[in-house]
Amino acid sequence: MTRVLRLLALRALSAIPTLLIVAFGAFMLLEFAPGDAVDAYLAQTGGDAGFAAELRRSLGLGGTFAERLAGFLVSLATLDLGQSVVFARPVASVIAERLPNTLLLMASTTLFAAGIGLGLGMLAGRRPSSLADHGISTAALVLLAIPNFWLGLLLVVGLAVSWPLFPVAGIRSLTTTGGPAVALLDLLHHLVLPTLALGAGYIALYLRTLRAGMVEAWQSDHVRAARARGLSESSVLRRGVVRPALLPSLVVAGQNIGTLVGGSVVVETLFSIPGMGRLAFEAVTGRDTALLVGVVMSATLMVLAINLVVDLAMAWVDPRLGAIDG
Amino acid sequence: MALHRRDILAGATALTAAAISSKARAQVAAPRSGGILTVAADTEPRNLNPAIVASNGVFYVASKVIEPLAEMIDGGDGLAPRLATRWEGSPDGRNVTFTLRDGVSWHDGKPFTSADVAFSAMRLWKPLQNLGRIVFKNLEAVDTPDARTVVFRFSVPTPFQLVRNALPGLASVVPKHLYDVGDIATNPANMRLIGTGPFRFAEHRPGEFYRLEKNPAYWEAGRPYLDQIIYRVLPDRGAIAAALEANQIQLAAFSAVPLADMERLGKVPGIAVIPQGYDGITYQLTVEINHRRKELADARVRRAIAHAIDRKFVVDTIFLGYAKPSNGPVPAFDKQFHRTDLPDSGFDRRRAEALLDEAGLPRGGNGMRFSVRLLPAPWFEQTRQFGDYLRQALRAVGIDAQIANNDPAAHLKAVYTDHAFDIAIGSPVYRNDPAISTTILYESGLPAGVPFSNQYGYASPAMDGLIRRAASAVDPAERTALYRDMQTLAATDLPLIHVAEFTFLTVARRTVMNVANNPRWATSHWADTWLSA
Repeated sequence: MTRVLRLLALRALSAIPTLLIVAFGAFMLLEFAPGDAVDAYLAQTGGDAGFAAELRRSLGLGGTFAERLAGFLVSLATLDLGQSVVFARPVASVIAERLPNTLLLMASTTLFAAGIGLGLGMLAGRRPSSLADHGISTAALVLLAIPNFWLGLLLVVGLAVSWPLFPVAGIRSLTTTGGPAVALLDLLHHLVLPTLALGAGYIALYLRTLRAGMVEAWQSDHVRAARARGLSESSVLRRGVVRPALLPSLVVAGQNIGTLVGGSVVVETLFSIPGMGRLAFEAVTGRDTALLVGVVMSATLMVLAINLVVDLAMAWVDPRLGAIDG
Repeated sequence: MALHRRDILAGATALTAAAISSKARAQVAAPRSGGILTVAADTEPRNLNPAIVASNGVFYVASKVIEPLAEMIDGGDGLAPRLATRWEGSPDGRNVTFTLRDGVSWHDGKPFTSADVAFSAMRLWKPLQNLGRIVFKNLEAVDTPDARTVVFRFSVPTPFQLVRNALPGLASVVPKHLYDVGDIATNPANMRLIGTGPFRFAEHRPGEFYRLEKNPAYWEAGRPYLDQIIYRVLPDRGAIAAALEANQIQLAAFSAVPLADMERLGKVPGIAVIPQGYDGITYQLTVEINHRRKELADARVRRAIAHAIDRKFVVDTIFLGYAKPSNGPVPAFDKQFHRTDLPDSGFDRRRAEALLDEAGLPRGGNGMRFSVRLLPAPWFEQTRQFGDYLRQALRAVGIDAQIANNDPAAHLKAVYTDHAFDIAIGSPVYRNDPAISTTILYESGLPAGVPFSNQYGYASPAMDGLIRRAASAVDPAERTALYRDMQTLAATDLPLIHVAEFTFLTVARRTVMNVANNPRWATSHWADTWLSA
């Protein structure tokens, strides 16, 4: 138990500098981008010099770099995410709207990709260089090579337009009637195509990692020892091969989930899902510093939390990890 | 696939409908009340109040909720009454008197009166609105002799013609009783609109949709026909096309579907591509020129650039025929002001080369005369594509153009604030009168940072004189004549080069009726839009 607590404390401390660096990076990125939030806004509306000046004044964009930096540091120190310029609302409320959609897509994509990927990986790694292994590995390579925007478009054309099994876009129906069960089914129905589009590439990653781990494990001494002890082939596979090979897969899962919490601009745009990826994109094109900092910081927090969970899971799978001085 | 009788009937109906123009389709059957119209939206403006932000993105949603004093129509004198039923200017250009519609109430039940118009004009249009700040800058006071009468008083003579032409776009009326407390710019009613229009604002789920519902107490009896309008936020153009095909939306305006997809979509049974309904918001494809660059300050060089452009090719290839070639600041749709006899700058590469030689810019060792930085506006597919075309067209006459691509904010700053460009591709909007957003492209002395204005370094006393005189010309004939002279001067000086004028396309299911039946249709009321069964 102390092992876990120490890990938690260490991670919480190391999260602070990470967050600060990331927030500062987002701030500087938009500081150095040409044009400000008012320029981005005026591109849609036009307006005379007074209109622009009034907007800059009301949005607090008039000052010098030093003043804006000071404002940024103050809001950071007071943990105030501030007001979004693009949405004219508090950043926290915008993120609170978008984050659940991205988390849902992340969860469904991870479950789908890990489920299929690990399953196929086990089939392939059971007998390396067998016909099944070659077939599965080649298929995985193809999946990895398909760009998700293209796959997404194909899925839409095939399964939403020509054969309308799934909705074209959105995260839920515009008008829902019925209880929570209906709403949940509706949500899952909407998640199918985006999950397939986003998850296909990840299937290959899980598959290849697990398979590689298994290939290595088959050669190892503990497998030979287990066989020498007369263990059945299936229990050798389960305990001696799959279990150690799962460790690198967990690491891969952690990394993938980390990428997914940032949201996918492409898939979210294609399927009109209001998520974090699209939000970050809108923040950059709208030169909305407060929003971008908020998006980047919340994504970073999620990544750190996920890494922590992965570390804990690893420690559980492999008792040797973090056991020093334990 | 089995053929059913219903399919054959539907096909026959579609064929009949295709044979009849969109405007005539309304007469085929009697309008039917009811139904939900779902349309595509690609933006969610941060301020949805059309009295503050007069832009198409705002009007697309807001014009169904908040009404202007008058709306554009085809034919007649071009205007139809909405909240005002009569308007009259005094001969000296100092006063404009409006008679307001009777029996109109706000969506919250309060009566609509002259006080609302006076408040909107003095507190929103004049001081806050992006376009109103220009047109209503000399509006001194608005009198309300009674609840149905409003008198605009101008401090200097202001052409009634201009005020009239500005009514559809710039004169949206908001309720005084909700806006006279607190800061107008941050009023919650800017997002949860309260108006007098045929539809009430019901719901906005950010990133997903806007929902408007029928106003049962609308002043026009029996209207609107639709129960609801839902604006579905679909940021991807491919997704919009797919949603139309799958009948999950019934209409996409503002050419929201890529032009290249239009032909294919137009052939899908049940879908129509409708080019009408945007004349009142004509966009112009222009080549913007930085006169601070010494080569480009020479009118012969600018004329050479104009001759290097094959307008027909641009219209046919980039706009796939959905545009018209243009060579002046007023589009052909505006019969009031448009001049057909402008000096021609047709496609003539030999003439272009001769002019460049004459200007003392011979081809150098690498075959190029000089090089320029070309900044295409990023907002339209066509402005970007025209950038690629212009680069090649200029190379052909010995001008080496280097394209620099920017996102909207960076483009706006580079061109209109920093003047860090040699040539840019622009797309100004012509809004029914040259004084609203067109003369600003030619007048000198504007401060840096005004978007879509003369940031080109062009300064002509003759041009400024014409613009100034027209600004206070109260006699419509005199004013029209001045703007006709202005067009000639613009085509001679060529401070910027007009290449094409384009409007948008609407793609709609054939069940949507009364589409595109006025020149600002997508940004108008939709009270008479209906869905056939």
